[in-house]
Amino acid sequence: MLDLLLTPRPSYWAESPIVAQFGFGAPSLDRRLHGGLDQTALHEIITENQYNAAAATAVALLLALRGAVAGKPIILLREDRDVRRFGRLYAPSLIELGMPVDSLLQVTAASSIAVLQAGADAIKSGAVGAVVIATAGRTLALDLTASRRLALVTARMGLPTLLLRLAAEPTPSAAQTRWQVTSAPSTGLAENAPGLPAFDLNLLRHRGGIAPFSARVEWDSDQRCFRDAPLFGAAPSVAGVRAAAAP
Amino acid sequence: MALVAKVRGALLLEAVDTKAAALGLAPGLTLADARARVPDLAVRDHDPVADQALLEALADACGRYTPTVAIAAASDGLLLDISGCEHVFVGGEHGLRNDALRRFGRLGLTVQAAVADTPAAAIALARYAAALDKITDLPVQALELGAEATTALRRAGLRVIGDVAAQSRSALAARFGNAMLGRLAAILGEEDARLIPRRAPPPVLTEARLAEPILRSQEALRVISDLALQTARALEARGMGGRRFEVTLFRTDHHVARLAVDTAQPLRDPRRIAKLFAERLDSLADPLDPGFGFDLIRLAVPLLEPLEALQLKLEGGAAVENSMAALIDQLSTRLGRERVTRAVPGDSHIPEQATFDLPAIADTPATVWSIPEPGEPPQRPLYLFDPPERIEVMAEVPDGPPRRFKWRAQMHDVLRHEGPERIAAEWWRRKNGKGLTRDYYRVEDVRGRRFWLFRHGLYGREKAQPNWYLHGLFA
Repeated sequence: MLDLLLTPRPSYWAESPIVAQFGFGAPSLDRRLHGGLDQTALHEIITENQYNAAAATAVALLLALRGAVAGKPIILLREDRDVRRFGRLYAPSLIELGMPVDSLLQVTAASSIAVLQAGADAIKSGAVGAVVIATAGRTLALDLTASRRLALVTARMGLPTLLLRLAAEPTPSAAQTRWQVTSAPSTGLAENAPGLPAFDLNLLRHRGGIAPFSARVEWDSDQRCFRDAPLFGAAPSVAGVRAAAAP
Repeated sequence: MALVAKVRGALLLEAVDTKAAALGLAPGLTLADARARVPDLAVRDHDPVADQALLEALADACGRYTPTVAIAAASDGLLLDISGCEHVFVGGEHGLRNDALRRFGRLGLTVQAAVADTPAAAIALARYAAALDKITDLPVQALELGAEATTALRRAGLRVIGDVAAQSRSALAARFGNAMLGRLAAILGEEDARLIPRRAPPPVLTEARLAEPILRSQEALRVISDLALQTARALEARGMGGRRFEVTLFRTDHHVARLAVDTAQPLRDPRRIAKLFAERLDSLADPLDPGFGFDLIRLAVPLLEPLEALQLKLEGGAAVENSMAALIDQLSTRLGRERVTRAVPGDSHIPEQATFDLPAIADTPATVWSIPEPGEPPQRPLYLFDPPERIEVMAEVPDGPPRRFKWRAQMHDVLRHEGPERIAAEWWRRKNGKGLTRDYYRVEDVRGRRFWLFRHGLYGREKAQPNWYLHGLFA
């Protein structure tokens, strides 16, 4: 917890004293967001295909970790069929990412409606520090009304809620921000080994009026923060970069 | 009408109804003989499992009279310990007996019932002469000593139990053995054998007998919340909390419905108990069928744990823990306990067994996770497929790292890789001491997606053409 306090968060608080915020930890990214994300709002994280499921899930969980109300556990809610489709969340990896696994509660439910209902109950209970609600594909239950309901109860209870939508198209929602997340090529290590987890974050919309932008970040497990990906690291081969740039 | 069963190739009568008995048929007769005597005999197959199931259901229904219900050793009757239970009924123990006879009569069952001081005496009275009230007037068959001993007693001129009881015990023991004395003492009430109940009576139990059977689950819930209030008081007096609560709903016919909720921590807050049962009722796959209504509702607490009077911590720790337990209880009751989980480490190096998701509602031991190396990228994937997914892989050399692979209809070109990390099978758990070694590779494709692949079997040594699998997705 100490390292969280050591990140330059307090200065951002000073800039926007009205709403509590939590930042990504990557300076350039947080500056563009005028400090960070609202701690009492609904944020949507979306990825359009199944190959980026792990990246989007990681970003949602890590944002929950950064934004969670101190001293309270995080809860992740999923649908049964998504566990079969994307696999189960693997605790050793969470530990490597710096998540306290003992205070992560995992809930699965048979339908997306049950997931949303359980998510709303978790928010209302006041027992958890952050809520991650995961759905996949087209989710009819998650319409504008449902997301507005979630946003309202989130604001009332004062904790961040992350709506993770895997392999889904953007649909109207009441979320404060919407991010599209894809895996990004990592900065290679010695002997061409894959490096730290890297993500391309694409801000699609922001209710506060911040214009859409993209950023590439890495996750630093030791500091428990995102940081700007180095532009020129151990650069991948030219062919690799070209292929990566192609969709 | 008779029930038949096949015994050593012959169809024997297993049971007969009163009409058949009146025609001279008895259990043990072959079906051919019985047909010769009564040509139009109706015959059904004997189904001992269904018999037992009916008896169990009736035993459950008798739970309305006493928590101590047992099934008789011969599986043909029920024993109820009604000590201290009879005063609830108009007319005391006979009122209770009549109530039971009335209820079973409504089901179309012919029942012999008797009230006696000991279980053995009650069985003897019920089997041999329910109309009599005095044990001593029962025929000697009621001692159930077998045909030989019964005949011997009759030859000696002893026709009723009273005659036998009048004899000197030592003479009886010399002639018939000590077992007979035991039977005699049990029937006469000189020796008291306790019942072994089917369900252990719970330490805390409250119930509501309803003059007017209730038909709606909303009303049942209201009764349950009243009972929860009483239960909470009883628990508080003991300084205990419940970890499991069971509601038993007795229908006016013999049907009994049971609902149970578990809690993560000892609980005695009546509002939370009632709320959990409301969740439980909502989550039932097929809703509660009230039939002609429930006339007895009982709330039992079979599992107790010490719970001190609540004291709030200054920093609010207790309140958070408490609300967390409430959330876990609520979600576990609604979705099922296997669906609300926490990860605990498993004692294995096989990746899929290195961690388990255990119900959060159960007591989990304090866990110790191994601490990762600082500055290293994750060595394990965020999502793990169980089972791993088979993939097509192209490698430069058969025992080298993968170059390209096809997973879920898309080709992935490997840009970076690390490995192999060799994980051997748990040969000590296998019968033949063998198992395929897995060579794991951490790979990143040109689009920046990271995967965990493994080759199943060492090339050339364990397998000629090892298969490849995708086991997980990295963040």
